[in-house]
Amino acid sequence: MTPHAATRMRVRAMIRKESLQILRDPSSIAIAFIMPLVLLLLFGFGVSLDARHVRLALVVESADANSASLTGAFQQSDYFVPVSYQNIQQAEQDLANHRVDGIVWLRNDFSARLIHGGDAVMGAYVNGVDANQARITQGYIEGVWQTWLASYARDHGHELKPPVVLEPRIWFNPAVRSRNFLVPGLIAVIMTLTGAMLTSMVVAREWERGTMEALMVTPIRIWELIVGKLLPYFVLGMGGMFMTVAMALWVFKVPLQGSFWALTGASALYMMVALGMGLLISTIARSQFVAGQIALVVTFLPAFILSGFIFQISSMPEPVQVITHIVPARYFVAILQTVFSAGDIWPVLLSNSAALFVMMVLLLGMARRKSRKRLD
Amino acid sequence: MKASLLRILALSIKELLAVLKDKKSRIVLVVPPIMQLLVFVYAATFDLNDIPVAIYNKDQGAASRQLIAKVIGSPHFHLVGYVDHDSQITPLIDNKDTLIVLHFGPRFSADLSNGRSAPLQLIIDGRNSNTALLVQGYLRQIVGDFNNTWAESHGQPTPPATLRVRAWFNSNLVSRWFIVPGIVGLLTLIITTIVTSLSVAREREAGTFDQLLVTPLRPVEILIGKSFPGVLIGFFEGSFILFMAVNWFDVPFRGSLGALYIGIALFILSAVGIGLMISSLAVTQQQGMLGAFLFLVPAVILSGFATPIANMPELVQWLTYVNPLRYFLIILRGVFLEGDSYAILMHYYWPMAIIGLVTLGFSGWLFRHRMN
Repeated sequence: MTPHAATRMRVRAMIRKESLQILRDPSSIAIAFIMPLVLLLLFGFGVSLDARHVRLALVVESADANSASLTGAFQQSDYFVPVSYQNIQQAEQDLANHRVDGIVWLRNDFSARLIHGGDAVMGAYVNGVDANQARITQGYIEGVWQTWLASYARDHGHELKPPVVLEPRIWFNPAVRSRNFLVPGLIAVIMTLTGAMLTSMVVAREWERGTMEALMVTPIRIWELIVGKLLPYFVLGMGGMFMTVAMALWVFKVPLQGSFWALTGASALYMMVALGMGLLISTIARSQFVAGQIALVVTFLPAFILSGFIFQISSMPEPVQVITHIVPARYFVAILQTVFSAGDIWPVLLSNSAALFVMMVLLLGMARRKSRKRLD
Repeated sequence: MKASLLRILALSIKELLAVLKDKKSRIVLVVPPIMQLLVFVYAATFDLNDIPVAIYNKDQGAASRQLIAKVIGSPHFHLVGYVDHDSQITPLIDNKDTLIVLHFGPRFSADLSNGRSAPLQLIIDGRNSNTALLVQGYLRQIVGDFNNTWAESHGQPTPPATLRVRAWFNSNLVSRWFIVPGIVGLLTLIITTIVTSLSVAREREAGTFDQLLVTPLRPVEILIGKSFPGVLIGFFEGSFILFMAVNWFDVPFRGSLGALYIGIALFILSAVGIGLMISSLAVTQQQGMLGAFLFLVPAVILSGFATPIANMPELVQWLTYVNPLRYFLIILRGVFLEGDSYAILMHYYWPMAIIGLVTLGFSGWLFRHRMN
C-alpha cells in the first residue's frame, strides 16, 4: 500500500468513527441545528436597540389650545405611549418607580409666555439609567418638539428658519432598522458558539475516557487525527450556518446586498477558525469541565462584546482595541455586516478574510503542536 | 439534627474540593472573570469617541470653517481627511475609512450671511444603525449650539420657546454607569451556573452518584451540599466585582448595601437552583455543559443587559419573566444609580425567590427519580 492510500484510509476511518459518534449522541446535532435555530429566533426577535413604546408622562398644568396641540403631537408619535398627569409630583414619583420612562412638563404659564414673552420653556426628564436609550429618547422628544415649533410658527405667520439645517443621508440602511445589522452580527456570535462547542469537547472526551491512549497506539498521524476529527464537524457546522443565513433572509427579511458566494466563502473560513478554537481548547484542557468553561469564556462573551457586533470598536480605549484584534469574531462581523448591508466590497472582504486565514493556520498549527502523541 | 449538619458539612467540603482541587479548574474560576471584568467594562460602551469624520467643503467662507472647527474640536469626532471630489466619497465610506462625511455646499456661508437656511449634508455609514443614530444626535447638538450663537450674534429671530431636557440619575448619560452594574450580574450568573451545572452530571458519568444516594444523606442534604460551592464562589466573586465597580470604576452607589445583598443572596439561590436542575437532568458532562450554555446565552441576551426588554415582542417578554438576571439587573441598577427603597425592590425580590425554590425542589426530586 502506498503511503497516500494509507493516509486516505486512516483519515476515512477516523471520519467514519467521528460521524458515527455524532449520529449516536444527538447532542452534537442539537448543537449544530437546534441551538442556532432557537438562538436566532430568540435574539432576532428579542434584540433591538430602537427605542419604541417609551412610556411618557405628559404633565399639563393648565390645558389650553397650545398645550393640546403639543400633547397631540406626542400622542401621534409612534415612539411614545403617553400617559396624562395633572401634577409634576405624581409624574416624578412614577419615574422613580419605573412606571414611566420620561416626563414632558408644561407649566401653567407656558401659553402666556409663548404668546407674550417668547421665552416659554418645555421641561423634559428622561430616566438616564440606560444611557443609550435615554439618548435616543431625547432625540425623539426633540424631534417632536422641533416639528411642533415649526408648525406653531407657521400658524402665527412667521417662518422659523434655523441657520444651518442638517440633512442626514444614512447609507446602506436608510430606515435605520437595527435588525439589519444585529441579525448578521448574531450569525457571527451563534456560529462562534456552535463551532467551538462542537469541537471543544471531542478531544477532551477522549482523554477523559482513556480512548486517547488507544488512538495513540494506532498508526494514525497527528494531522490525520485532526483532519478526521474536524471534517465531520465542519459539515455539520456549515449545515447550521446555511440554516441561519436562510432564516436571516426569509424570516427576518434582512436584505443581502452582496453575493451568496462571498458569504459562503467567508463563512467556511470562519467555521474552520471556530472549530480550530474548539479543538485547541479541547487539546489543552483534557477535561470536559475545563474545556467547556474555557469555550464559554473565550468564545461567546468576546464574540458578543468585543466583536463590534453591538459596541463600536473605534470608541473603545486603545489597549482594548488591540485585544479585539485577537478575537476572530471581529473580522467575521465586519465581513457579515458589509456583505449583508453594503455588498461585496473587496477591500473589506479580503483584508478581513486574510486575518481569518492567518488565525486558522495559527490555531490548527497550535492544536497540532499541543497534541503530540505523548502520555504525561 | 446535629448528625444532619455534620453530613451536610462533610458533603459540602467534598463538593468544594471537587471543584477546587484541580489547578486548571481553580484558574478557570478566578482568572477569566477578572480579565473579563477589566476588558468588558472598557469595551462595552455605547458612548462614541473618535468617530472618524471626513470633510467635503465646497464653500470658501468663514462660517463653514467655524462649524468644522467645532466638530473637530469635539472629543466625539476625529478628522481623517478632506475630500475634494464627489467620487471620493463612496470608497471612503465603503472601506470603512470614515464613518461620516460632512458636505458643505458652495453657497453655505453666503446663504447664512443673507439670512437664508443653509443645508449641511451629512452622509453616514448605516451598517451599524445604532451608531448612525447616535452620531446624528451628537451632530445635531453641535449644529444646534452653532445656530443659537449665529442667530444671536446676527440679530436673527429666536424661536418663541425652548426645550430643556435633563436626564435623571445619570445626567451626563455615561453608559458605563449602566453597563458596570450589568456586568456584576452577568459574571455572577456565569460563575455560579458553571460551578453547579456539572456537579451532579460529573458524578452520574463517573457512577458515584448512585453511591451518594445509598449513603444516609437525605435528598435535601445532598441538595444543600451540592449548592454549597456555587453559593460560596458566587458570593465571593460577586462581592469582589461589586467592590471593583464602586472603587475602581467609580460608579456611584446611592442605595443601601443591605438591599443589594438581599438581591445577591436571592439571585445566587436562583442561579444555583437552575444550575443544579440542568445538572440533574444531564446524564453526561457534555449534556450538562450544553444545558448550561443553552440557559446562559439567552439569559444574558434577554435580560436587558445591553438591549431593552421593552423592545422585545410580547412573547419573548413573557419568557424574560423566568430569567433571574432580568430582576437582578433592575435591582443592581436601582440600588447603584437610583437609590431604590426596599418597597420598590420588593417587586423584584420575590420572583427570584420563587425561581430558586422551584428549581431547587425540582432538582431534589430528580436526584431520586432520574436513575437509569
